[in-house]
Amino acid sequence: MSAPTLLAVEDLSKRFGGFVALEAVNFSVAEGERVGLIGPNGSGKSTLVNCLCGTLQNETGTVRFAGQAIDGLPAHRRVRLGIARSFQLPRPFATLSVGDNLRIPLLYAVDARTGVRHSKAEIDARCGELLSLMGLADKATRPPLELSQVEMRKLELARAIAAEPKLLIADEAMAGLSPSEVDDILALLVRLNERGITIILIEHIMRAVMSFSERVLVLVAGRKIADARPEDVVRDPEVTRAYLGE
Amino acid sequence: MGNGTFVLAAAVAGAAVFGLSLLIHNEYFFFAGYVVLQYIVLATAWNILGGYTGYVNFGTAAFFAMGAYSSVVLYKLVSLPLPVLMVVGGAISGIVGFGTGYLTLRLRGVYFAIATLALAVVVQTLIVNWDFVGGARGAYIMRPAQVPLFGNYIQYLFLVMLVLAVVALVTARTIERSRLGYGFSAIRDDELAAEAFGVPTLRLKLLATTLSGALMGMAGAPLPYYVTYLDPASGFNLAYAVNSIAMPLIGGTTTWVGPLIGAVLLGTIQQVATVTISSAANLLIVGLLLVGFVIVAPNGIVGLFEQHWRARRA
Repeated sequence: MSAPTLLAVEDLSKRFGGFVALEAVNFSVAEGERVGLIGPNGSGKSTLVNCLCGTLQNETGTVRFAGQAIDGLPAHRRVRLGIARSFQLPRPFATLSVGDNLRIPLLYAVDARTGVRHSKAEIDARCGELLSLMGLADKATRPPLELSQVEMRKLELARAIAAEPKLLIADEAMAGLSPSEVDDILALLVRLNERGITIILIEHIMRAVMSFSERVLVLVAGRKIADARPEDVVRDPEVTRAYLGE
Repeated sequence: MGNGTFVLAAAVAGAAVFGLSLLIHNEYFFFAGYVVLQYIVLATAWNILGGYTGYVNFGTAAFFAMGAYSSVVLYKLVSLPLPVLMVVGGAISGIVGFGTGYLTLRLRGVYFAIATLALAVVVQTLIVNWDFVGGARGAYIMRPAQVPLFGNYIQYLFLVMLVLAVVALVTARTIERSRLGYGFSAIRDDELAAEAFGVPTLRLKLLATTLSGALMGMAGAPLPYYVTYLDPASGFNLAYAVNSIAMPLIGGTTTWVGPLIGAVLLGTIQQVATVTISSAANLLIVGLLLVGFVIVAPNGIVGLFEQHWRARRA
């Protein structure tokens, strides 16, 4: 692979008391790549995301982003470096309007990264642009709790995109959506990837992961058991065993 | 309205209140008015942490009394003008606010509230056992009868508190419309998500506790000169903590107007009740109003109006 490495995870481990959530996980993601992350419930996918984003801190191992070790950095510093995520269960800022929800990453991630204080008008314009992109323009002044399930997922993604990340981690952005809605979100993620954003997609909908990803990582019980092209992963006997049993 | 225009409008409104008060020749008005203004400051200060940032503080009395007792200490050591005492009181309470914040902000929700309650008990115990400031006996302050330029001392106290109330309201409104205000709201709504989208949550929370504590300390600093006799039981009175929570809740916690409305309304009712019924009725009134508002208007008076406007527009 010729593209430079954007994210490198080396020997990452995380335990909660006596429970080992992640054990010696290694992988890397190249710039512009589309990577799928799958695994049964409780396999450590969300813990891994949390360790990458700084919501949790890994005990051992190293996470390098764009060549820089980011272990120990709090989440707000990592998003400023360019790692943004959407949450598995949407966590909108409930008392802010849909538009103002996007203002938070614009004010606190983008402005802090670039060192430029954008004017209110510029930020308003950018919010409007993002809302149109996601088809939420007519909801800008509404509270997020009025949104439907699919709109809430879109807001969750829009907020992550607003942070202008180099790496976007979409944690089950499509859970609970109809097949056509899944296609909408997939098309959007592909468009973002074409603009140069590296994407890690965590998903249970296999059709989505398989069509989207160039490479698929499989986590089982905190260990990486496969890291290959999607068509090879589905044929991997170890993966089949993890999902379907013996 | 821009921030500059608002500062001007607030200053004009403050001057108008003072101008009108000069037409009143009853000294009691200034005594009562001082208390209402003091509650505007306390309610606004509480709301910066409790309403904007979502951290409920039960320890208002501690920050308020630290401001008051720093004035007692300074009174015994040196002779300083009142505005200087307020700056010192504000600085001390601000520093304690910062320290409390640093030690407790990893606690959330009810645990943070209990920690602030504990702070009030700890500070009160320290004061009760500190002989220099009078301990449990209390301390007497001899205030001058007249102040140059202002005349009557109680009018002077009224004016000082009026200025502080304007400063507090301007601060709150400026925050509300700023980048900082959005950061506070994000923390209140979902701290984990706020951090994930770039908000330095710890730093912002420390800013909120410091600012809120400092304003409370500033409100407390003139208290010894107002009462002329300060003992721990009055300085740490439960009424301060209860009122500074109830006023924003009744007025509305999301804007600067809420604490103002709540403080004027509740503060005035309490002053009237003190004269007509008994001061013992005050907390009962607050309690009943609070229960009523929680049921009828959970978003306070401001929330009621917003609901009304939205219904009319729709």
